Amino acid sequence: MKEIVVISGKGGTGKTSITASFASFTSKKAVLADCDVDAADLHLILKPDIKNRYDFKSGHIAQINADKCTGCGKCMELCRYEAVHEDDSRGNNNSHPVFSIDHISCEGCGVCVHFCPESAIDFPEEICGEWFNSQTRFGPMVHAKLGIAAENSGKLVTLVRNEGKKIAQNQNLEYLIIDGSPGIGCPVIASLTAADLALIVTEPTVSGIHDTKRIAGLTKRLNIKALICVNKWDINPEASDAIREFSESAQIPFAGLVRYDKVFTNAQRQELSIPEFDDGPVTDDIRKVWESVLKNL
Amino acid sequence: MNIAIASGKGGTGKTTISTNLAYYLAGRNISVKYLDCDVEEPNGHLFLKPEITKKQPAFIPVPSIDESKCTGCGKCVQLCEYNALARLGKTVMVFAELCHGCGGCTLICPQNAITEHEKEIGFVESGKSGKTGFVHGRLKIGEAMSPPLIRSVLEKKDKDSVNIIDAPPGTSCPVIASVKNTDFIVLITEPTPFGLNDLGLAIETTKTIGIPFGVVINRADKDNNDAEVFCKQRDVMILCEIPDDRSIAEAYSKGEMIIDAIPQLRNIYAKLWEAIKEQVKK
Repeated sequence: MKEIVVISGKGGTGKTSITASFASFTSKKAVLADCDVDAADLHLILKPDIKNRYDFKSGHIAQINADKCTGCGKCMELCRYEAVHEDDSRGNNNSHPVFSIDHISCEGCGVCVHFCPESAIDFPEEICGEWFNSQTRFGPMVHAKLGIAAENSGKLVTLVRNEGKKIAQNQNLEYLIIDGSPGIGCPVIASLTAADLALIVTEPTVSGIHDTKRIAGLTKRLNIKALICVNKWDINPEASDAIREFSESAQIPFAGLVRYDKVFTNAQRQELSIPEFDDGPVTDDIRKVWESVLKNL
Repeated sequence: MNIAIASGKGGTGKTTISTNLAYYLAGRNISVKYLDCDVEEPNGHLFLKPEITKKQPAFIPVPSIDESKCTGCGKCVQLCEYNALARLGKTVMVFAELCHGCGGCTLICPQNAITEHEKEIGFVESGKSGKTGFVHGRLKIGEAMSPPLIRSVLEKKDKDSVNIIDAPPGTSCPVIASVKNTDFIVLITEPTPFGLNDLGLAIETTKTIGIPFGVVINRADKDNNDAEVFCKQRDVMILCEIPDDRSIAEAYSKGEMIIDAIPQLRNIYAKLWEAIKEQVKK
């Protein structure tokens, strides 16, 4: 089983449309995993039939128990995330200030919980989202929804990736295809860690070039084999050439060019992958990219 | 005044709109500062082409263990919520890339064997692009934790200026760190299923944080009113629409300022600014 991650550095370059196209090429031979857990979109094309849903429990959240709080302020002094606030109201008999914890700023480190002299801070486990085992017309899919303003997206990415891998191994499928998230930080690192190959989908713009160099730096650092393809290449052919030159100088194989076409959004509106919507020139472009992925695996 | 430009989905036009809005305001002699909080992939500098006058490293505090004092009691390991410390026999090991810098281990160690040292996670650069103040953060490649660097960028906000904060995509911690404590959030979307799905998530996040917001529909298509319908159903305000136009995409691809390349778009930025001011006043 081979694990392929589709990433981009810059957002909005077409990762999800290309992942969905790969899903249609590999129909019934791959598990699909959507690791862009804080803005997941792959399900809009693959229309998964959810078989099982699970809570994603991760970390804890601090809550001050007002009855026990004496207003000493130790928690506020120790918190490095500015998550403890002094409220306007006063405690019993107007005798002491009252503190509360802003759940959005709290990183769940537990320092306030441990050092509160009155043991007045509770630390319940937090449900940070949900994840799903599903079936699609192209094969099994694992996906998730991070809770609103929740932490730990890296851990959820790891969970989705590992569950996808288990299914691929159990069902003896050839590929695990992962739709990654933009950026180079925690969720991206989590999606790349065990990959056999990372496909970098970029676009021929000054931002695309800049961000490709950074994400390519990350794959190199993590020692993951990478490939680069350019989407919407004809928006700026010179910039596409510059990306190809970069890929040569960085010794990252170039996986091809995909043209700019309304087919991308039109297929999306019909909830179809591009090959299902229109088996024309754009599909041919993407198929060549997929063939290049296979050759480099 | 602090205005954040955000979106759930990447590539909807956050950087284009925030740099051009800053540039438009500077052209009207309004004191303005652009702060790029997409520290993983900062792009604003490619358009504003600032002259950088200051570069400062950004750090997070991570523990170092004095092995001569450590007895291997493991209290620090128990306290750490991020698995950044592990005990192997009687030795405690530090996994600095997992550390959130909370400082708990240093406080709890009964032997005072733990001190903190600063680990560099990236840097903050600041300068000027014409009359526009400019700041961005650049996360070191391989570093996972962007929020502390985002907080360092935001320390450079200018109290007497309009601060335009270009947020990263998504809805999780880096976005929250960027938009927290702003007066108004502009959510950028595009009228596609992916754009609207992620706009829905961004709206939920924004409502949870409790900051007023409005929507800009970018790449608006005359023959498609999905985004208008979406906003209307949720009673969400549309600040302005920017038409879908290949010439905008081409100007962007070359790093040009859109309101220079296509001057008639200035009107849209004027309208956007009036709409933001109106909302902030409320």
